Amino acid sequence: MMTDKEWTPKIVAFCCNWCSYGGADTAGMGRFQQPASTRVIRVMCSGRIDPLHVFNAFLEGADAVLVTGCHIGDCHYVNGNEKTEVRYQFLEEMLQQLGLEPDRLHLNWISASEGERFANFIKDVTAKVKELGPSPLKPAGVK
Amino acid sequence: MTQKETITENKQEDELRIGAFICECGINIAGTVDCHAVADYISTMPHVTTAVVNKYTCSDAGQAEIKKAIKDMNLNRVLVASCTPKTHEPIFRACVEEAGLNPYLFEFVNIREHCSWIHMWEKEDATNKAKELVRMGVARAALLEPLESSEVPVTDAALVIGAGVTGMQAAMDIADMGHKVYLVEQGPSIGGKMAQLDKTFPTNDCSICILGPKMVEVARNKNIEIMSYSEIVDVDGYVGNFKVNVKHKPRYLDIDECTGCGLCTEKCPVEVPYTEFNEGIGTRKAIYTPFPQAVPLRALVDKSICIDCGACIKACERGAIDMDQKETFSELDVGVIVVTAGFDVYNPEPNNEFGFGLYDNVITTMEFERLINASGPTMGKVVRPSDVKPPKRIGFVQCVGSRDKNSNIYCSSFCCMASLKNAQLLKEKYPETEVYIMYMDMRTPFRMYEEFYNRARDMGVRFIRGRPAEVTENDDHNIIARIEDTLTNEIVNLELDLMVLSVGAVAPESTETVRQILKVSKAADGFMMEAHPKLKPVDTTLDGIFIGGMTQGPKDIPYSISQGSACAARATRFLAQGKALTEGITAKVDDDICVGCGVCVPMCPFQALSVEDNKLNIITALCKGCGTCMAACPTGALQQSHFKNEQLLAQVKNVFAYGEV
Repeated sequence: MMTDKEWTPKIVAFCCNWCSYGGADTAGMGRFQQPASTRVIRVMCSGRIDPLHVFNAFLEGADAVLVTGCHIGDCHYVNGNEKTEVRYQFLEEMLQQLGLEPDRLHLNWISASEGERFANFIKDVTAKVKELGPSPLKPAGVK
Repeated sequence: MTQKETITENKQEDELRIGAFICECGINIAGTVDCHAVADYISTMPHVTTAVVNKYTCSDAGQAEIKKAIKDMNLNRVLVASCTPKTHEPIFRACVEEAGLNPYLFEFVNIREHCSWIHMWEKEDATNKAKELVRMGVARAALLEPLESSEVPVTDAALVIGAGVTGMQAAMDIADMGHKVYLVEQGPSIGGKMAQLDKTFPTNDCSICILGPKMVEVARNKNIEIMSYSEIVDVDGYVGNFKVNVKHKPRYLDIDECTGCGLCTEKCPVEVPYTEFNEGIGTRKAIYTPFPQAVPLRALVDKSICIDCGACIKACERGAIDMDQKETFSELDVGVIVVTAGFDVYNPEPNNEFGFGLYDNVITTMEFERLINASGPTMGKVVRPSDVKPPKRIGFVQCVGSRDKNSNIYCSSFCCMASLKNAQLLKEKYPETEVYIMYMDMRTPFRMYEEFYNRARDMGVRFIRGRPAEVTENDDHNIIARIEDTLTNEIVNLELDLMVLSVGAVAPESTETVRQILKVSKAADGFMMEAHPKLKPVDTTLDGIFIGGMTQGPKDIPYSISQGSACAARATRFLAQGKALTEGITAKVDDDICVGCGVCVPMCPFQALSVEDNKLNIITALCKGCGTCMAACPTGALQQSHFKNEQLLAQVKNVFAYGEV
C-alpha cells in the first residue's frame, strides 16, 4: 500500500470491560478493517471514566477522545452508564469553553456484539477529525 | 538484560523487572505486525528486563517460558501482548501465579483483535500501533500493585429460569448431582414449546410421548422445586450468593388442594375462542387446565373473561378455588443461575407476509403442529380454516422471518427439518395429498437429517426452489402462490388449499426483561450472548450465570438438550466446590485525604458506601469494583484498585510519543 503518508489523527477510546471493549473485540473477530488511529484503554465500567482522564488525554495530545459503554439498561453495574451520561454533558460544556470542536469528543453505546458498529464509529470519527486537523491543544512535537 | 538471580525470600519490590512476551499467534498477529520489531522497541523502555517473541504465548511452551523467566530473571511484572483479556487473562494470571507472582501483577495488551485483525492491509501502521499499545501496557505494568481476591462460600442451590426441554434437562442434571434446584416457569405448566409439537424429527416420534414422562420425572425429583406461573422480578448479588425475588402470579386457586380433575372447567359457562396451547385454534373456558399432560396438572382462572358466577367454586369438591388470591413473592438464595427462557416463533402478521392475516388458509408451522396433533383442537384431522375441509394441496414456505434482510438475517436452523417432518406426516396420513416445499436452500446437517430429506423426496414431496413473490386468494379461498422456480427458470402459479409458513425463532420480549435483570449481553440477533462462540458456548461473561437452548439462539431439540446438560455441568462446578473466588478489584479510600463529603455515596449502585463520623466506610463484600464512585470523588481519596488514576493516566500519557516510534 504505497501512498503518501497522510496525517492520521490519534484518538483515545475509553471502553468498558463488558460492552464496548467486547465490541472492539468483535470488530476484530469479524475483521472489520479500521484506520489505525485509535488506542483503546479498558476500564471496568464507563462510570469509571473520570473527566480528568479525558482532559488529560487532550492535554497529552489526543485529537479526539471517545467515551464508550453499554447501552442504557444493559450496564453490568446497574446504571454506571447513566452517570457517564451526566459527566459527559459536563465534559461537552467544558470542551466548548476550551474552544475545542465538538467533533473531538464522542459518547457512544456499543454492545459486545456490535463489532461492525464499533468499526464504523472509528471510521466516522477518524474521517471527521482528519478534516479538523490536529487538536489545538496538542503540545508541540507530540506524535 | 540477562542477569540471573535466584528468588530470594526478600524480593526487592522497589526494583521493577518487567518481562514482556509478544505473541505471534501463528500468523494471526505476525502476519500483520512485526513482532520482533515490537519486542526490540519495548526492550529499550525503562524497567523492561526481557522482551521476547513467542509463536503461541498461551501454549504450554509459551507459558513454561513465562514461568522460567519469572524464576530466572526474578521478574516482578509480566506483560503479554496477544489476544483479548476476555478469554486469555485468566489463563495468564494463573500462569504467573503458579510461578509465585501475584496475579494482579500481570498486564494484558491486545494486539490481535484491536490491531492485527483490523489493520490487515497496513502492516507498518499496525506495527507502530502495536509498539504503542505495548508501551502503554509497560507503563501501566510498572504501576500495578498486588491484590488479593477473596474466597466466598457458594449457596448450594441453583435457579433455572424457564422450564422448556432445555431447562428441564439442566434442572434434572443439577438435581441428580445432589443439589437443590428452583425451576421457575412463567407459564402455568412446564414443558415449553416442545409440548406443543406433534412429532419430532428425525425419528418422527410423538413429542409429548417422549416429553411427558420427562415432565413427570422433573416433578418427582426431590431436589427440584417447580415454581410455575412465576416470574423473576429481581436478582441481586454475585456468583455463589445470588438473591432472587420471584413473583408467583395468582391462579385463583390453591395449588395444593386442586387435583386437576376438571370439574370446574366442565361447569364454567364462559367459553372463549382462544387457546394458548393450541395456538389460538379452538376454544377454552375461563377456568381451565393448560393441556392434558400439564405439570403441575392444576387449573387456573383467566380473570379477564371470568364473570364471577361462582359455578366453579360450587363444582370444586376440595374447595380449592379462591377468587381473592393475590400475587405472592418468594426470596431465593442460590449460588448459580441457568437461563433457558426459550423463544417466540416469528409473527408474520404485522406485515401480512405471504398473505398471513389476510387469507384464512395461510397458517404458521405452530398452528399446523396443533392441527395435525391427535390431542389438538381437530383431534389430528388436518382441515383448512376457511371451510374446515381437508386440504388436497398443501405448500410449505421456508425461511419466513429467517434469512431475510427485512426481518432477521440469521437462519433459524430447525425450520427446514420441521417442514420435512410435517410433509412426511401428511404423506403418511393422506397419501393422495400434494405436498410442496418452497425453499431457498434445504439445510439438513447432523446425523440422519440428510437421510430424512431423501425420505421426504422418495415419499413424493415436491420441492420448488423459490419462494412466492406474490400470494393471492381466489373465490374458493384457495391460495395462489406465484413463484419463480429458479432451477427450471419457470414462473409457476401454484394453487394451494392450505399454505403453511415455516416461521423462524425470535428472542421474546419476556426474556429481554430477564436479560436486563441479569445484565447478560445481547447478541446482534437479539438472543443472549455467550462468553465465547466456540470455547464457552453456555457461559456468559458473568460468573455463575449460564445460558442454554433457544435463549442463546435458534437450535433444534437435540442441540437444546445438550446445552441444558452443558449448563448443568458448568453451573454445578461452583456448587460442588462450595466456594468461588471474587475479583480483587474494589474501591479503596485513603482516610488521610477523604473529607467525608459523601458525594460518592449515592453513586454506588450496590450500597457499599456510607459516611460515618466524617469518614467513608466501604463494605468490600458489596463492592463490585465498577469504579463509578472514584470518578465522582472530588479529592482523589477514593481509588479503584487495578484501575487507579495513576495507572490509567500512565496509559494515556504513553499513547503519545516524543520522537520516532
